[in-house]
Amino acid sequence: MLAAILSLTILGAVLGAVLGVANRFFQVEGNPLVEEIEALMPGSNCGQCGFPGCAGAAAAIAAGQASPACCPPGGRSLAVTIAQRLGVSVDVGGADDPGPLVADIDESICIGCTRCIRACPTDAILGGPKQIHNVLRDSCSGCAQCIDHCPTAAMVMQPVPITLQQWFWPKPASQG
Amino acid sequence: MSGHDQFMPVPAPAPHAHVGADVGRTMRRVQLALLPATVFGFWLFGWPAVHLFLITVGASLLTEAFCQRLRGCESRLWDGSALLTGWLLALSLPPWAPGWIGALGGVIAIAIGKQVYGGLGQNLFNPAMVARVALLVSFPVAMTHWVAPLPLGSAGAPGFIEGLRITLGALPVPDAVTSASLLGHAKTELSRGIDLAQVLDAAGGTLSAWHGARPGSLGETGALLLLLGGLYLLARGVIRWHIPVGVFAGLALPAAVAHAIDPGHYLSATTHLASGAVVLGAFFIATDYVTSPNTASGQLLYGIGIGLLTWIIRSWGGYPEGIAFAVLLFNALTPVIDRYCRPRIMGRTRRGAPIRATQGSAE
Amino acid sequence: MGFLDRFLRAAHFSGGVHPDDHKRPAADAPLRVMAPPARVYVPLVQHIGAPARALVAVGDHVRKGERIGAPHGAVSAAIHAPTSGRVIAIGDIVAPHPSGLPVRGITIESDGRDEWGELEGCDDPFALDPAEIGRRVAQAGVVGLGGAAFPSAVKLSGGLGARVELLIINASECEPFLSCDDRLMRDRAAEAVDGIAIMLHATGAREARIGIEDNKPEAIAAMRAAVAGHARIRVEVIPTRYPMGSEKHLILVLTGREVPAEGRPSDIGVVVHNVGTAVAVRNAVRFGRPLVSRIVTVNGACVREPGNVEVPIGTLAGEVLAFCGGLRADHGGPARLLLGGPMTGMQVPTLEVPVIKGTGGILVLDAAEVGGGPCIRCGDCMRACPVGLLPLEIAARVRAGEVDKAAGFGLADCIACGCCAYVCPSRIPLVQYFHHAKGELAARARGTQRNETIRTLTRAKAERLEREECDKAEALARRAAASLAAATAAKQPAAVAEKAVEDANQESGVCA
Repeated sequence: MLAAILSLTILGAVLGAVLGVANRFFQVEGNPLVEEIEALMPGSNCGQCGFPGCAGAAAAIAAGQASPACCPPGGRSLAVTIAQRLGVSVDVGGADDPGPLVADIDESICIGCTRCIRACPTDAILGGPKQIHNVLRDSCSGCAQCIDHCPTAAMVMQPVPITLQQWFWPKPASQG
Repeated sequence: MSGHDQFMPVPAPAPHAHVGADVGRTMRRVQLALLPATVFGFWLFGWPAVHLFLITVGASLLTEAFCQRLRGCESRLWDGSALLTGWLLALSLPPWAPGWIGALGGVIAIAIGKQVYGGLGQNLFNPAMVARVALLVSFPVAMTHWVAPLPLGSAGAPGFIEGLRITLGALPVPDAVTSASLLGHAKTELSRGIDLAQVLDAAGGTLSAWHGARPGSLGETGALLLLLGGLYLLARGVIRWHIPVGVFAGLALPAAVAHAIDPGHYLSATTHLASGAVVLGAFFIATDYVTSPNTASGQLLYGIGIGLLTWIIRSWGGYPEGIAFAVLLFNALTPVIDRYCRPRIMGRTRRGAPIRATQGSAE
Repeated sequence: MGFLDRFLRAAHFSGGVHPDDHKRPAADAPLRVMAPPARVYVPLVQHIGAPARALVAVGDHVRKGERIGAPHGAVSAAIHAPTSGRVIAIGDIVAPHPSGLPVRGITIESDGRDEWGELEGCDDPFALDPAEIGRRVAQAGVVGLGGAAFPSAVKLSGGLGARVELLIINASECEPFLSCDDRLMRDRAAEAVDGIAIMLHATGAREARIGIEDNKPEAIAAMRAAVAGHARIRVEVIPTRYPMGSEKHLILVLTGREVPAEGRPSDIGVVVHNVGTAVAVRNAVRFGRPLVSRIVTVNGACVREPGNVEVPIGTLAGEVLAFCGGLRADHGGPARLLLGGPMTGMQVPTLEVPVIKGTGGILVLDAAEVGGGPCIRCGDCMRACPVGLLPLEIAARVRAGEVDKAAGFGLADCIACGCCAYVCPSRIPLVQYFHHAKGELAARARGTQRNETIRTLTRAKAERLEREECDKAEALARRAAASLAAATAAKQPAAVAEKAVEDANQESGVCA
């Protein structure tokens, strides 16, 4: 009886000590996950996700409060990357998913006020005062910040047109 | 030139040719291969066997139709897979078993063995064997109630109505015709401490006759015809040799060795191969596409494993026959076998790394 | 011995299928030449690589063979006018592609004269430097005519970096229905062999082997007769099995050696060209004639006069079919228009798509048997796969949306030959699953790249704004200091200068 109590006590003490030591030496400062996710995000702080900037979204995703797919400019590829990093599954690309949107300028309305140019976080809009502006599609993050700054509603968000090089077969309809 | 409506608006991807095979054809070929043994069994055991067969198959088909309706998917009742499952189950039941055994078996096979996994192609275990084992452990008496052959037309063979009453349980099976199968008999006598040589001598040829006129399931008595059917399937390319050969080798080799060492305790390899559901199992049950490995090496491994496990169960286990258990256990191992037995990809080593380029003169 | 040799060779690659070849009677019909139609529609991208840049403007008059598109980038090909006439449009035309998406192209209205422009020929190609041959081939816009349409010059003149020992001429033509290479070898064997000799010279390879499947005895005989005088060129008869024409499989069968995965034939000192390409190279080098037409097999149950036709590039498929007697309504009527063979060809939604350099066939087939059931894991696809993949496992992963796991099963090694879907008893569109997964992976890679770019741009702009603020503040401070000094010196009221200093301080506070 005594031996049993003694041995269990010693066992408990030793394991407790091991846990304590592990806690001391393997403790992680801050949450590297948040920083890691933030590094993956576009960084344009567009706020489309509803969180304060990309850092806020990263913290929410890491805490499980937001879906990895919450970032519209990041699109499906970002969602998949983050989901892989977190080891969770994410539903990407439903049938009605229009894909990433980019800004486009209706040249007949644009007055060349350059407000959108100043608002663009990625310098994706070209043009000067009193000149019609144009969007560099490859550089546009789709953050839609320019939309609110346009006084003539010449800016619209449009899906990226699919080219011959980018087109691929859709997934076959599921078999019965 | 108005092209748009003339051709399909939504092009299909390549290839635009097909070899012409379909699932239904495969199933029909398997059924054709089963037919001679089944007809022989009907003749051997008379009307009760026919009734049991029809009830089992009918229950399978009804369950399939019901489940497909329940799942709201397109009906594929006539691709023959449910028919085949019921058929195989019927071949593994005691021929004079009560009809409710067959009906329950059909329901278990299709509903629990197949449809709960998502239907054809999704099940992990062979549906017919799931049903057989479920029946065996639940109703051991009914499932081991064998009868001696009483061919159609012979004296004392039940007629159509009488047979129906036996199957429906309204008429008890006369004790005179009940008997034991060879493996069951050997196991019982061994457990009583009697030497196998005496057992077999006493039983004479009646228990182990190659031509099949002995007690057992339809699949056991028709072994020779099933062998022919199996060879037909091999010739048609429906199945490949790896699994049957693996099963036979895995069973015969240890049996031969053990028999040579201690003939008093271990049945010979030929007895093992000729009795129970070995032939049915090796050609028709273990080869089920859905629940067996894909690659040649995997199939060989799987077959040998089933054969070996069958011998172990028969020799040392609690049941006289072990094919069904062996098949189910190796069904469970199939994903593992598939994981480790993969073909080599062209231009890569077995481990998947690109092979080293050997720059130099061509030949 | 020959039999044993062949048997051993065939044993080199497992899998493959033996579809009904349907090559005759189209292959036996004499070659016909089609005159240029009233209008040709010439896409600016007919090859693997970057689209060509248009060199002409609407209204320009061009002569046959005149360069109208210049290669753009390292892997690209020039485009030439298939006939003489006037450029009437430069813009979108329907691409010869299942998506039906537009592609940029040049529309030329024929003037009916079909007159050649100036051509730079050469009497003795063997005196030319290999690099010069490469330049002339590039100039002529020659691409691989086997279907992939890879710019030939890149492969010809050591563009791939490695030393080439063996030149393999792919004349296996394993696709059912197609017989354009067969017909070319029967009718133009001497030209083909001359082209092969030029390629041999250009690549510096020691020998050339022409692989022809044994279902083309006439072509084999013609080529054997044509190579009689050439010691370094051999005709090799290989067994008929699909996909023998796949580059890596042909190399394996002819040399017994495997091309490393993720590698190229040049890694093992081999380069493979199509036999049709050899004729195009000859025309380019000897006569300076660019690639403006090609032989197209017009075949299928619904074609009235099946056969092989030499068609100007840019001719619409419908016009080629009309040239072949049009379509017949029996056999259930035409239901599918294919460009290329039935195993890898593309179904297109309309007759109004142009023939391009890679178009080997125009097939009109009757309605396909539709089917499609669940996978029963029969393993037929695995046994048919000539690469050694497990198509059923890959498709199951893709169906579940696990594209990355599918990649783990060797998706990247799939050559999309279609053997698996050809044998599948459940008629599962396996190849579509693989195409989808490859496209999805590529789209993800593009997305990652894009996010990367956007992150860089965002950071760059933020840094730039910060820098500008700092610069502005500094400039203001300097100006304020200067004006203060000036004010003190001129003893003028300092109010203005003080205000400027105040402003400057506020500004610099921003970036402090």
